[in-house]
Parts: sequence; C-alpha cells; structure tokens
Amino acid sequence: MTSTLTAPARASRAGAASRAARSTTLLGVLGFATFLALLEVIPRTGLISPDYLPPLSRIGVALAELTGEAGFWTAITDTVQGWFLGLVIAVAAGIAAGFVIGTIPVLREFTASTIEFLRPIPSVALIPLAVLVFGTELRSVLLLVVYAAFWQVLVQVLYGVQDVDPVAQETARTFGLNRWARIRHVTWPTALPYVLTGVRLAAAVALILAITAELIIGAPGLGNEIGVAQSGGAVARMYALVIVTGLLGVAVNLLARRLERWLLSWHPSLRREVAA
Amino acid sequence: MRFARRGTRAILAALALPLILLILWWVLTADSESYYLPPLSEILAAVDDVWLRSDRLSVDVLPSLLRLFAGFLLAVVMGVALGVAIGSSRRLRAFCEPVLEFLRAIPPPVLVPVLMLVAGIGDTMKVLVIVSGCVWPILLNTVEGVRAVDEVLVETARCYGLRGPARLWHLVIRSASPQIVAGLRQGLSIGIILMVISEMFAASNGLGFSIIQFQRTFAVTEMWTGILLLGLLGFLLATLMRLFERRALNWYFGLRQAQRGGSR
Amino acid sequence: MSIMTQTQNQTDTRTEVLLDVRAVRKVYEGHGRSVEAVRDLTFAVARGELVCVVGPSGAGKTTLLKCIAGLLAPTDGEVVLEGAAVDGPPPGMAVVFQEYGRSLFPWMTVRKNVELPLKQKKLPKARRAELVHQALEAVGLSDVQSAYPWQLSGGMQQRVAIARAIAYEPHILLMDEPFAAVDAQTRADLEDLVRSLWHRLGVTTLFVTHDIDEAVYLGQRVLVLSASPTVVLDDIAVDLPDERDQLTTRSSTRFAELRAQVFAQIQRAKKHRAGADHA
Repeated sequence: MTSTLTAPARASRAGAASRAARSTTLLGVLGFATFLALLEVIPRTGLISPDYLPPLSRIGVALAELTGEAGFWTAITDTVQGWFLGLVIAVAAGIAAGFVIGTIPVLREFTASTIEFLRPIPSVALIPLAVLVFGTELRSVLLLVVYAAFWQVLVQVLYGVQDVDPVAQETARTFGLNRWARIRHVTWPTALPYVLTGVRLAAAVALILAITAELIIGAPGLGNEIGVAQSGGAVARMYALVIVTGLLGVAVNLLARRLERWLLSWHPSLRREVAA
Repeated sequence: MRFARRGTRAILAALALPLILLILWWVLTADSESYYLPPLSEILAAVDDVWLRSDRLSVDVLPSLLRLFAGFLLAVVMGVALGVAIGSSRRLRAFCEPVLEFLRAIPPPVLVPVLMLVAGIGDTMKVLVIVSGCVWPILLNTVEGVRAVDEVLVETARCYGLRGPARLWHLVIRSASPQIVAGLRQGLSIGIILMVISEMFAASNGLGFSIIQFQRTFAVTEMWTGILLLGLLGFLLATLMRLFERRALNWYFGLRQAQRGGSR
Repeated sequence: MSIMTQTQNQTDTRTEVLLDVRAVRKVYEGHGRSVEAVRDLTFAVARGELVCVVGPSGAGKTTLLKCIAGLLAPTDGEVVLEGAAVDGPPPGMAVVFQEYGRSLFPWMTVRKNVELPLKQKKLPKARRAELVHQALEAVGLSDVQSAYPWQLSGGMQQRVAIARAIAYEPHILLMDEPFAAVDAQTRADLEDLVRSLWHRLGVTTLFVTHDIDEAVYLGQRVLVLSASPTVVLDDIAVDLPDERDQLTTRSSTRFAELRAQVFAQIQRAKKHRAGADHA
C-alpha cells in the first residue's frame, strides 16, 4: 500500500530533502578537510617519514612553483593532447565498428569470440612494441590509448545496438524506412546512451594509459615529469604532479558526465549502466 | 539433428575468424624481413626455448602471478569491507565521497614511483601498487551495491531476526554481489596492467620485466613471445573470472531474465 | 510437536488478549512541518483470532502494521504483544508483505528461504527440516523446494512467503495486503489457503487489506479504519458460518449485508476526508 502524500507532506519531504542535501555537502567538505589535515599531520608527527611523504604545505609550495614553470604547462598540454587524440580515434573507430558488427547478425556471430579474446589483453603488453616501432613519439602514446579505449566503446555500442526494440524495428520497416534511415532514426537514438557510457569509460581509461605511456616509455607529458621528479629525488614536486594527475582525472570524469547529461537531456528513461 | 547442426555452426563461428587471422599473420609475415615483425613461425618456434625450456616460468611468471594474486586478494578484502561500511551509513558515505572521488581519479600507474619511495622496489611495493589500483572499482561498486539493497528485503530480514554476520552475508553481501563482481572484474583487469607496469618500472624479475628486457636488448622475437604470453594470460584470467561470475551470480542472471520475460 | 496439530476451539481462548494496540499515534516529522498519519488507534486482538483491517487507500494501514511489527516506533501510545511493549521486531511474530517478489531472497532456493529464519532461531537441523517440509506441504509447494523464487509465478511466490511465516511458528501472523498484486483466481485460492491454515494452526492473524469483500470473507472481525489521520471507525463482528467457501459464502445474504455495512463506513471515511481536504 502506498499512502498518498498530501500537499504539506510533500512540502515537508522536499524541505527534509534539501536539508539532507545541505548536511551531505557539509559532511563532504568536512571529510575532505580531514583528509587534507591528515596529509599535513602524518608526516609532521613522523608516522610516515617526511622524506617519503612531505607535509601537504610543502607539496602546496611545490605545486605553486610548478604553475610558474612553462615546462609544466607544456607537459599538461602534451598529456591532454595524447589523451584527446587517442580518445577521438578510439571513439570514432569503436562507434563505426560497433554499428557495422552490431547491425549485421552474421558479423556479430563470427566476431564474438575474437572480441572476447582481444578485449582482455592488457594494453601495456604493447609497450615494448610501441617503443621499438615509434620510440618516444606521440604515436607510441596513441597506440596504447587507442587500443585500451577502443574496446570500452565497442562493447558498449554492441550492447546498445542489441537493445533496440524489435517492435520499433518492425514498425520502421512497415513505414518503408530503408536500412540507413532505420539506423539513423531507430538504432542510433536507442544506442546513444550506451555510446555515451562507453565514451565516459573510455575517457577515464585513455587518461590512465596516456600517463602510463609517458611514465614507462618516456614520451613527453605529466607521466614523464613524475618519473623525472622521482629519479631526481624531488619528492614534493612528484606529489604535486600526482595531485595534478588526480585533478585531471576528476576533470575528465566531470566533463564526461556533463556531456552525457547534456546530450541525453531529451532521453525519456534513466538508463541502467551495463557493467562491462 | 537440428541441435547438432546449430552446435557445429556455433563452433565454426567461434573458430573461423581467429583461424583466418592467425593464417593471415602466418602468411603475411612468412617472408618478413622487417626487424619489428618476425615471421609468426619463428615466434611460435621460440616460445618453447624462451619460456618452456628455461626456468622463466618459475622465476618470472610465477612471481608475477603470486604478486597479482596477493594484491588482488588484499584489494578484495579491503574494498568489500570498506564498501560495506561506507555503503551502510549515509553519513559515512557523505563524509568519504569527495575524497574517494579524488583518489580514484588518480591514474594508478603514477603510484608506482610514489610507492617505490615508501616501500622500495621489492615485492611489497608491487603488491601495494596492485592493491592501490584494484581497490577503487571494488570499493565503489560495493558501495553502490550495498546502497541498493531492497528496502522490503531489509524489513523482512529484520522481522525474522536476521542479525550480525548472518545479516551481513545473507542479506547485504549477497544482495550487492552483482555489483561487487562487476567491481572484481574491473579490478582484475587493472591489476594485470599494474602487475606489468610495476615490473617494467623497477624490478629484477617478472613477466613485465622480461618483456622490457627483451625489448631493451633488441631480442624482438623473444619480445613477441612475451607479448603473446601476456595476452594469453589476460584472456585466461578474464575467462576464469567469467566462470566464477557464472557460478556466483547464477541466480542474478535467472532473475534478470525472469523480469525481462514479464511475470509468469 | 507438529505445527499441524489441531488447536482448541477458538471461542475458548477468546478471552486472552494477545495483541493490544493502545492509543497509537504516528506523526512523521518533516522540515518545520509534521504530518499526522495515524491519530488514535486502539483495539485488541485475542489469541487465536483472525482479524481483518480494512480502510481506504492512504489510510495509514501500512504505518499501523509497521508500528505493530516493531519496524516503526509510534509517536504516542504503545503496542503490547503478549504483555510486553513492542520496541523492535518481536521474536514471536511473522510478517507477510505485499511485495512477494521483493521479500523473498532471490539468491536462495525456496527451501533455503523458508529455512533461513529457523537457522536464526538456532533450531537443530532435523527440526528445521521437519518444519520446512510441513510448511511447504501445507501451502502445496512440496515439489518446488529446490527452485528459485523467480522461477515461480506470483501466487506461488506468495505461498513461499506464507510457508516461511508459518514455519517460523509465530504467535501472531501479520499480513500486509498480501494478495493485492496477484490475479483474481489466484487470489481466491490464496484466501482459502489463509482460512484453512488458520483453522489448522490456530495462529492469531492480523490481515490488512483495502478489499472489502476479502476482509469480510476472511475475518472473524473487521476493523474499519478512517482516512488519514487514522482512527478506528467501526469494529464489526462477522457472524458468517465458520466453514466458508468462495461460492456460497460470497452469495449469501448475510455476506451482502456485512459487505454493505463496511462499504458504507468506507464511503463515509472517504467523504470525511474529501471534506477535510476542502476545508
């Protein structure tokens, strides 16, 4: 039995909700402040040697110094460039391949095992090959980023194309829509939420791989800067760079979510994410 | 008859493309003079020498797998325990969420140099690196799963006196298990990546170490065998994970199908 | 001791009050405003009785039931079960919820679902097996013990929930609109099942419903609730013969009269509420 809420009840629920939201924000701020305080206090008390983990204030100073260096901004640009280019290529290839494979049943049947085999191959296995063939160029980074991000998009697109309502397909067919028009007006709108989920997952993976490639291969970028700072013993600087990569990660997540919400504002249903 | 034919077709569909690709690879590289792309026949011939007839399986592959296993297991314990705690309390969740959101956004490989400072370049560091990367998807998925436990089920459990460890296992963890397993799957694939990276960055043994050594000494054919082995390993671990998932979540797939098929 | 043993005639035990609901009031506190869902509910249920609670939708029936089940604390007043005030789910109580699909554990087989509460009670294994067997047989599900709930139809799932409740050997059985989500034919079968189980086990039953016919058909007494904020409007003794069946009972004159009486009360309750809304 559901008790119908009267108007004042609804108003009071809304009031309670906004109050709860405010206390959530407050707790979150408090939590973050605690985290920052721990980062300052733990090294100062010597629980972890400040040689290994400098107090937050020292990391802050290093961060401030970084922002004054031209090289730091170049490194960020390099990382973002590798991430973005790789992501765009992976997304384009993933969508194209996903739609072709997904809409043609025979192809789907005959590629399933290959996809299942190639997908779990760790992209870092390609590192030595990338180094040999491309050296420390951007193309090395792109190879890793594209390989890792491509599967994320492809798998989601395949889920999405599979999710198309057969009744809608039949209806479109009876209205005389040709294959291309059916893809445009039936398949694409159904698959779009999945595509965007794929893009969001791929964006996160692409950033990880871009920075990994820089760190291991030595391609220019934030990852490389971290490696240099570590081997040079510039501990505070290294932590500052790690924080920057974290902030970049948060920015990528927020951006991807914003994009998703913006492009799906028309979408009638809130869709369950396919756990891939 | 019909069933048998369908079975044959399924096997054909599963094997056709991989076979075609392998044959293509074999044929196209047969006369390869390319330094980077030795003939597949040579690569396969080298597998025996490089991995099977040497002690590399026990000296390199086994330690890698043990570190992966230890790190993954630790991450599962920590991730599920913390996830259940955070997921069960609205206040704790509000308190932790921004910090978790930041920590999980840090690309795990950058923690390799950080943890090297604290824990040296031994096994401890590598296990810690694996833990620090695997734990986030497991933790965050567990939190989501625990949050989504059905309210009616919670009340049912209360009415029938389900408390303590029994409640934790029969209600909370089982109910969150689809999300937990999704987290395990994501965590495992990150774990493999970190296993390799931690060895490529600094190590004296391990699969990742061997592969990067081959590359540095320009032993290209040997390097290719390593890449193949690593790929195979990734595939095998993913398959094991899937088998586990089928077993553990049998009820969930059935439930989903029953819901989709409408009420009977 | 079997759960199937015939208990003494209900009239002998009518004197002993098992459940006593005393001036229960429930106010939901919101931000600066409060909503009174239940105003003043007082009634008693004797041991062995089968009482139906009926009221218009939005009458706070679920609130009342949750207060009795110890899932919700009343703002004022108290619920007394077997002489002890309820301040949490009491051990001698079993509840059957409306949402059968959500109150069974989907990762457990039918047998495990019925057995779990018994394990919690720390009953020995043999005793558990006996109770599970008897309960499943009583609801006619002996042959699907190892199926999962989601493999069964809605009506069968609700039978599993009922089996779980009776295997628990409760002193009181609460049922919250248990048949609201099943089709009419299944519903009739389940109503007869509840009657026959009550006859055989003699377990005190409080059955909440919004269906007037169901309340009259099942109950020895029918409590009619007002719209929210809820009070008891009427307490009607159902003087139909003890042996009831869907065809003759429902077509009897007395059934029609009782039905009309309850219906009139419910209409009054609705009108009262409409008036209150306009005021």
